[in-house]
Amino acid sequence: MSFDDAYQSLTDHDDDARWAYGTGFSDPLAGVPTALPDGVDGAALAAYCLMIGDDALIMSHRLQQWVTRAPELEDEMALANIGLDLLGQARLLLTRAGEAEGAGRDEDALAYLRDASDFRHVRLVERADADFAHLIARLLVFATWRLALLDRLSASRDPVLAAIGAKGVKEVAYHRDYAAGWTVRLGDGTDLSHQRMQAAVDEVWPLLGELFEPHATELALAGVAVDPSTVRAECDAVFSQVLHAATLDTPAAPPASGVSTTVSAVTGGAVLSEGAVLVPAPTGGAASGDASARLGGRGRDGVHGAELGEILEELQGLARANPGGVW
Amino acid sequence: MSDQLVGATGERVFTATIEKDQRIEPRDWMPDAYRKTMIRQIAQHAHSEIIGMQPEGAWITRAPSLRRKAILLAKVQDEAGHGLYLYSAAETLGADRGDLTRRLIEGRQKYSSIFNYPTLTFADVGVIGWLVDGAAICNQVPLCRSSYGPYARAMIRICKEESFHQRQGYELLMTMMRGTEGQREMVQDAVNRWWWPSLMMFGPPDTESPNTAQSMAWKIKRHTNDELRQRFVDMSVPQAEALGVTLPDPDLRWNGVREHYDFGEIDWSELKRVISGDGPMNAERIAHRRRADEEGAWVRDAAAAHAAKKRRDGGAVDAPEDVRGPAAETMAEKRHGGVAHSAGGERHGGAVFSAGEEREGA
Repeated sequence: MSFDDAYQSLTDHDDDARWAYGTGFSDPLAGVPTALPDGVDGAALAAYCLMIGDDALIMSHRLQQWVTRAPELEDEMALANIGLDLLGQARLLLTRAGEAEGAGRDEDALAYLRDASDFRHVRLVERADADFAHLIARLLVFATWRLALLDRLSASRDPVLAAIGAKGVKEVAYHRDYAAGWTVRLGDGTDLSHQRMQAAVDEVWPLLGELFEPHATELALAGVAVDPSTVRAECDAVFSQVLHAATLDTPAAPPASGVSTTVSAVTGGAVLSEGAVLVPAPTGGAASGDASARLGGRGRDGVHGAELGEILEELQGLARANPGGVW
Repeated sequence: MSDQLVGATGERVFTATIEKDQRIEPRDWMPDAYRKTMIRQIAQHAHSEIIGMQPEGAWITRAPSLRRKAILLAKVQDEAGHGLYLYSAAETLGADRGDLTRRLIEGRQKYSSIFNYPTLTFADVGVIGWLVDGAAICNQVPLCRSSYGPYARAMIRICKEESFHQRQGYELLMTMMRGTEGQREMVQDAVNRWWWPSLMMFGPPDTESPNTAQSMAWKIKRHTNDELRQRFVDMSVPQAEALGVTLPDPDLRWNGVREHYDFGEIDWSELKRVISGDGPMNAERIAHRRRADEEGAWVRDAAAAHAAKKRRDGGAVDAPEDVRGPAAETMAEKRHGGVAHSAGGERHGGAVFSAGEEREGA
């Protein structure tokens, strides 16, 4: 083989898009039927896909912010890889949300043109990381939870969600491994790393409750969506195993339900607490107008911290500044 | 045998190997000057990959579509991977990655000056792919035949990925040129800013390149700077025409006698300025790298301490002193299609750690 062939690849004249040949992506869902299964409400399915799609999109954004800042080159690659996996999941889920909604919105319309109150991710994913230990604590919790959800989702009645779940399980299993490995190394490393890892776990733990609280949308989609309360025991077992190996204390369990159960019902749109912006409940879709819709955690109802504003400014700014642009 | 004799035999074998166009391998005898030159060349290349993550990495979170975001994130990840291969190749010559990183952040070793220019708009991402990666490929393809085996092999994979990046950059520009007037202006502006710095990537003219003769004799360099620069210009002109942009050089025209494009005089004083540290972004690039290194020190210390504890306890140690092991191994496993952890079937409560990961502490 002549290594000069690489020059040829730059100057091949054999197709119209000649110098951009080979830049397409293969469809990871090729062959999966996309019609809505019988008896499934499109609006509810769209709302659910947004929830778990936004979880992946925003967590990926936080991981992207670590690029060029990781403690070692191997971690540079690992974090980018995890961010890329989650971005891929987000793209599939937002696309599915758009299909199920049937209003012509694609993945980019949903990612770039929604306002903060229309995002449905859990608060855990939008948190900024004070240091590497915080990232690892969030990733351990997120990946453990998401792995359990995706594993069950692979049996969903919606063939697209089932395919996304099956694909995601392979990816997120590695994310959890990675986070567990670092939790142990930091927890059982130096005195300083032990303190930092414990502090990170202590700060992240209060965000756990929201992850396992079923939302009305999830309950309305039995057999299609996953009821997150069913994965709590499994996740707790993993947390306890990892924290024990890491010589870390497991913080006291957070209250079983988020504060939003009562507060949002009462205030219905006031400022919840310092740094947290309470945005009104949605006016459309399965989660509207009904008291049970507020059973869910705060993020799932569109209630987010001020941090989301910063994320969206970064995520959406360029796209919004160029209306009509094609990328 | 005396050392002198070993050296004499070694030198004969070394010279014969080079003459036969075969590869020098890590344990082969080699002249000290060859070893030093290779370490410097590979380290500078590795540094360039790592510093080169910054100008484009800055646009990942701001990419204007999810597809472009995925492409860019994957590209910047590839660059980290290239850096990793290259530092590993340098280590086969006795260098140490940590030491090379210190030399970089202390300004004792160089990286490609091209990364000292800022990325002002998203079109810069496309132009870096097209021109900067294109120029890098012209420089790097001949290195796939470098006489030093580990470097040559690393370059084969790197060139394949660079070629992919170059096409992706070009495809972004083609897409933007089909967009709004504002987008077309953005592309032209980026081309205007990056064209001359790209030509400077091939280094000083042959008449002022003192190391070229020795490097060519050792076959660690195969073409002169000016030959490669001409090749790049010849390749880029028709690509610019197809794209619908102008290259900012009034002297650029086809020369039917030479059968090459003639082009204008390069501002070598600018190259010298940027190389000597006075480019627009030199200080920021190094400061950013230094900050990441300093902020990660406690993490690396923790991993080393953990590995030492495990060794003391007689447990399975999966990480060398400086923790380059576990993450990389799991990554490698994953990138090769394996799943790092048995994912299906079981209810994840049991085996959290993958094979080789310590669990006896539990």
